[in-house]
Amino acid sequence: MPVLEIEGLSKSFGGLRAVSNFDLALGDNEVVGLIGPNGAGKTTIFNLITGIYPATAGSINFMGKSILGTRPFKITQLGIARTFQNIRLFKECTVLDNVRTVFHPRVRYGVIDAFLHTPRYAAEEARITERSLELLKAMNLDGRAEMKATNLPYGDQRRLEIARALAGEPKVLLLDEPAAGMNPSEVGTLVELIKFIRNHFKITVLLIEHQMNVVMNVCDRLVVLDFGEIIAQGLPEEIRNNQKVLEAYLGKGVTVA
Amino acid sequence: MGGGEKPPPRFKNRSITAFSGFGPLYRNRQHSLLGVDMGVDVLEHVIGQVINGLQLGFMYALIALGYTMVYGVVKLINFAHGDVFMVGAFVGYLGFNQWGMPVPVAVLTSMAVCAILGVVIEKIAYRPLRYAPKIAALISALGVSLFLEYFCSLKFIFGPNYRVVQRPFEEVHWQLAGISISNIQVMVMVTVLFMLLMLQYLLYRTKVGMAMRTVSLDHDAARLMGVNVDSVISVTFAIGSALAAAGGVLYAIAYPQIQPFMGIMPGLKAFTAAVLGGIGIIPGAVLGALIMGQVETLTAAFLSSQLRDAIAFGILILVLLVRPCGILGKTETEKV
Amino acid sequence: MKQKYTQTILIIVAAAIFYVFIKTLIFLNVLSPYWQLVLDQSLIVTIGALGLSLIYGFTGQFSLGHAAFYGIGAYTAGAISKTLGHGSLLWFIIAIVAGTLAAALIALLIGLPILRLRSDYLGIATLGFGIIVKVGMDNANKVLPVLGGATGMSGLTTVANFEIIFIFFLIAILLLKNLIYSKYGRAFISIREDEIAADAMGIDTTRYKTMAFALGCGLAGLAGSLYAHRYPFLHPSSFEFLKSFDFLLIVVLGGLGSISGTIVTAVGWAFLLEGLRFVLGEQFIDFRGVIYALILVITILMRPQGLFSGKELLFMKPPRLKTPTNREEGSHAGLRN
Repeated sequence: MPVLEIEGLSKSFGGLRAVSNFDLALGDNEVVGLIGPNGAGKTTIFNLITGIYPATAGSINFMGKSILGTRPFKITQLGIARTFQNIRLFKECTVLDNVRTVFHPRVRYGVIDAFLHTPRYAAEEARITERSLELLKAMNLDGRAEMKATNLPYGDQRRLEIARALAGEPKVLLLDEPAAGMNPSEVGTLVELIKFIRNHFKITVLLIEHQMNVVMNVCDRLVVLDFGEIIAQGLPEEIRNNQKVLEAYLGKGVTVA
Repeated sequence: MGGGEKPPPRFKNRSITAFSGFGPLYRNRQHSLLGVDMGVDVLEHVIGQVINGLQLGFMYALIALGYTMVYGVVKLINFAHGDVFMVGAFVGYLGFNQWGMPVPVAVLTSMAVCAILGVVIEKIAYRPLRYAPKIAALISALGVSLFLEYFCSLKFIFGPNYRVVQRPFEEVHWQLAGISISNIQVMVMVTVLFMLLMLQYLLYRTKVGMAMRTVSLDHDAARLMGVNVDSVISVTFAIGSALAAAGGVLYAIAYPQIQPFMGIMPGLKAFTAAVLGGIGIIPGAVLGALIMGQVETLTAAFLSSQLRDAIAFGILILVLLVRPCGILGKTETEKV
Repeated sequence: MKQKYTQTILIIVAAAIFYVFIKTLIFLNVLSPYWQLVLDQSLIVTIGALGLSLIYGFTGQFSLGHAAFYGIGAYTAGAISKTLGHGSLLWFIIAIVAGTLAAALIALLIGLPILRLRSDYLGIATLGFGIIVKVGMDNANKVLPVLGGATGMSGLTTVANFEIIFIFFLIAILLLKNLIYSKYGRAFISIREDEIAADAMGIDTTRYKTMAFALGCGLAGLAGSLYAHRYPFLHPSSFEFLKSFDFLLIVVLGGLGSISGTIVTAVGWAFLLEGLRFVLGEQFIDFRGVIYALILVITILMRPQGLFSGKELLFMKPPRLKTPTNREEGSHAGLRN
């Protein structure tokens, strides 16, 4: 059974069809790339999966259950985490607090414990702090735990977004252009990082990315979107030589040199 | 409003025949429910109140425009705007009561004084905070508002007490098809409509207006296109304040009692009107102001003058719950 | 893991020193009854301002109706004490609890629908609610004569003294500080920072916005309840929308998201208002409003981020991190370059 199964998903804004008839099934521990030119509807699909936009038609099943109409925070709690294309960290919070915040639903103490800082509060805080620092360490950010998120360099902010998403202990991770704005060495680290996440956390990753070296290196298969519709899908090597994909990116009449 | 020159004789019954179909119905209902005196023609009474509401609404519109224009270009709730309106009322009053100016001259003087005041306030209190958090400018606006109120209350400025305005002309009531309308009401509505037309022309037919519309969309893009953002903001404050000043003078003539704290409530109502219509949207401000004027006047006349404000703001909250960005406001979905 | 209460103990010690200091001043006749009243008022205002600090400073929900909840607390507690209490301490406690709960409950009911609104629109809706409450107070005597209506409610017994108010002040600070440094505080702050991201990170934003609003308004209600037991007279004009601006400017001038900032500014604000009266004397008393307004504008121009700009004094800082030192996660090591 696929972890995430999307069938006939469509979304219109006014008269504009941003996504039409999108199908996708994500298996366990798979890394799938979602690529396509700007405005193809990739981020819209993320927003539909995470419940930020209501779908116009279609179905989205997560672990065999429909999540259509479920509110975003519930979907996240069920096990779908995401990052944002235009980084949306909690800017004035410390790096550590950005991660600790996301542990919220799994912190086991109540309002009274919080008001009185009971031993149970202390134990739980220690537990999630430790877990958060582990995650930060995995992202090579543990040295900056006490910094404000907004003061981090760009590449670090992108990695903090990933750390924050992982703190939700997801089964599916949606990464929206994680390499955007990174320099080549940071991109190299990112590729390793995505592989590490997949192997270490045993989760499924759906990746939107424009940088082909990232996509080709980490994805098991690719789905290509143009004008809201799937125009091709398959193994990275197949996509690389697909005529339709080249046309979508570069226009008609282009051939592989 | 052309029928004002020739006041027809009082034919009170004529209107009843004109609306004979439902005149009695209104009369009966009003009588039984609200206890209006049997002798008063209720329909006329209602229409009279609607006209009163229009007068109030048009005045709110003048103030609301300043709020909405300023909000449009700098996204600031200019809480000092109601006090600029107060200063406008005082300058107008001094003009025609103490310095013997004709009313139009007094209005223009007041507008000029307040335009300068508005520009100065923006330069001193808001401009340094343009890149600070929005709330800082709002607190500054509150401070400016308090300053204007207390400064004008000083004995050697206007003094803290009410002053009675001697109207520069007698109030005359005309009867139009049985409906009573006063020369002051006509003056208010004609003046406001004229100013609205001027504003419309300025915004959509002149370069300054185009610059203002550009700045309201995006400061940086406007600057890159060669628009002098600072001076456009100054112009916006000048125009908004001048409109408020005109509103103040009209207010002083229509409700001839003024004092330094008189701007708080009209300012708040006008601001609410701007939000009701959709803040930042000019037709919205006028629409909101007209609704506000009607709600207030009709509530005070037929329900309870004490509950007037509660009902007006209750409507505001209900409208916002249905349309979170006002009646004409577009609900922005944030791009994710 | 053992919880350390060092910080809490420090705060209580500081409070005890402050208490002894004030008592000495009173004993030495330095602090006249008038200034004692100002001091009590400043503590009451602080409790209310802490409520708005939670709502706006930490959760980012722009409320311009805070004084309404202050008033709801005051009228509820006042009415209970006047009709049933007559100065008994038990009824005083009941009245305080009722005043706090009434404000919190009404906040919950009004908050659920209106907290969907954003920034300025929320501000206006809460402002409108404040005006509706004021109208309600003006006409309350038509429903319950004891509430007094537009002429105010008089004949209240002043049960609350400095000690009682100071204890509530201290409790409010300690509880709020603890709440902020917990998972709830992080949820509130995440909403302030980016509501959409908070939602996408599994935070039930509606729930925590409402919770912060109800708790914050509850604090306003508590402040109002104390006010009703410190002064023998309640008047609707003490709770009108202009008073909401007072709370707002305290919280903003203190620096959004700073408990210390709110406390220092609230106390300073109350003493500034009365201090000006004292400094200016009979002759220049008319200038009080002008000078107050100028101080306000100049302060915000010089410190647009507020006096404390999100920072905290020593006693209010987050609990120190207990960094795990000797736990090496071998599996992550491969990632390091």
